Amino acid sequence: MGNRQEILLTGAGGQGLILASIVLAAAAVEDNKNVVQTQSYGPEARGGASMAGVIIDVDTIEYPKVTKPTVLLCMNQTSFNKYLPKVEPSCIIIADSTFVSGSYSEEYKVQLYPITRSAKEELGKEVVANMLALGVINAASGLVDREIFRGSIFKFAPKGSGELNQKAFDLGYRLYEEGSGQDIEASAQTPRQ
Amino acid sequence: MPETKPVLMQGNEACAAGAINAGVRFYAGYPITPSTEVAEQMAARLPEIGGVFIQMEDEIASMAAVIGASIGGMRTLTATSGPGFSLKQENLGYAIMAEIPCVVVNVQRMGPSTGVPTAPAQGDVMQARWGTHGDHPIIVFCPASVYESYYLTIAAVNLSQKLRQPIIVLLDEVIGHMREKVLIPEGKLMVERSSDKDVPSDYKPYDEKGIAPLVPFGFGHYYHVTGLFHDQYGFPTGDPPQVERALDRIHEKLEKYRDEIVLTNYIGHKEPRVAVVAYGCTVRSARAVVKKAYWQNRMPVGLLSLQTVWPFPAEEIEALAKKVDVIIVPEMNMGQLVGEVERYARGEAKVVPLNRYDGEMISPDQISEEVGRWL
Repeated sequence: MGNRQEILLTGAGGQGLILASIVLAAAAVEDNKNVVQTQSYGPEARGGASMAGVIIDVDTIEYPKVTKPTVLLCMNQTSFNKYLPKVEPSCIIIADSTFVSGSYSEEYKVQLYPITRSAKEELGKEVVANMLALGVINAASGLVDREIFRGSIFKFAPKGSGELNQKAFDLGYRLYEEGSGQDIEASAQTPRQ
Repeated sequence: MPETKPVLMQGNEACAAGAINAGVRFYAGYPITPSTEVAEQMAARLPEIGGVFIQMEDEIASMAAVIGASIGGMRTLTATSGPGFSLKQENLGYAIMAEIPCVVVNVQRMGPSTGVPTAPAQGDVMQARWGTHGDHPIIVFCPASVYESYYLTIAAVNLSQKLRQPIIVLLDEVIGHMREKVLIPEGKLMVERSSDKDVPSDYKPYDEKGIAPLVPFGFGHYYHVTGLFHDQYGFPTGDPPQVERALDRIHEKLEKYRDEIVLTNYIGHKEPRVAVVAYGCTVRSARAVVKKAYWQNRMPVGLLSLQTVWPFPAEEIEALAKKVDVIIVPEMNMGQLVGEVERYARGEAKVVPLNRYDGEMISPDQISEEVGRWL
């Protein structure tokens, strides 16, 4: 299924990953694609690890869970260590260098961006890091039309913060265009949980 | 009909949206994972449209409130999960006996007891059938997608009114919580129940000839409502012929309208050798397998998905068993509906259970492997 995109957003509870997955899924609906969104519930979603999956396809989607991610976002070290060994080397891997460091297997092409740091320093609001991450993801993978995506972000943002969230999304594009940082080294060792 | 725009919606939200579009204006419940979003939506939307939302002290009271509102003339809904569904059983039986329409949504989670609140399972299939005591009729719908969650809830509300019969919408955590692109038609999809305007002065709320219209309690006709066996006027009776006739009658309602109640869908090869019989979220994994095996590889494989699990689609299974060698029944429990499949296959086909009960969904790979074993 060459058209099938499976996106896994991982990190800590409170980083806004579940909202990000809903915004992404809604944007894909606007872009006339078939979409299924799932998320982790339970104690791990309440302060611990958080995970949300989005499947985008032109075909109808049957099995709703992400099995072979084509895009992986890791917003903290725990999720990076946990999910990196589970993806194929061809997967687009994006990690937030604000929280992620250390070594990983060199077969993976990990793209590091200072997602949370940029949200804080350039926009003054750490909470928009999730929308910034969506900008990076969409710039790297072209999942959804950019303008449609911006519209979806505006719709889901809390009243009065639509533009700020769109700005964060655009900043994600800029970070991607500026290129990935090289502040962690690759090694032959894949970290285990 | 106005243009329909696709939206992203969750299974539980679709269930609430369906209920509202089918005219439900009363919700009483006690929130429980993974059904909470149904209550959440009803709490947000009902007051805006002149409806009533009540959070009761527990599930027993919720069920009682729903029955009360329903006999008062409202279309009603309540939603729960396993532990709460257990508590609703007594009053559910009462509603069946007194022929009071209502829809109970049970979003199944891993049991027994409080189990794993956030993990999916299909362990309440037999409870939905036999959870309340006595030889009662029951209708149970089992959605496999967000859209089915929407339209089966609408069907449940309308049929419940038409037949004066409680109906269960048996969701599972996967379908309840997942979001999916759906096309939701605009406007009301409410089938009016038979008019209660022209009822004769000698109103028999339990007319032995069939289904009497339900005159809302306190609206001109006074009758008796009880869980005891009762005569045509609702007054208790222990007279053996009347008891037998009354029990037959509530079962005959479902037999008479079987075509509207029993919903199944077959996809795949015309002359399959191996068929999968599935319901709920398991249908999705099975469909992924059949799509690949039949559409891509033309293998003699098919899938019978059951939107209605009770009354059990016996005729459909009988017909399928005559065509195939093997029927595989994947279920996220230790084997519940497989017994019924075996019963109606009547030895014509080998029935193979495929069970998973670790709180995870059955994957297409698991089904594919089992199908491959029998081809």
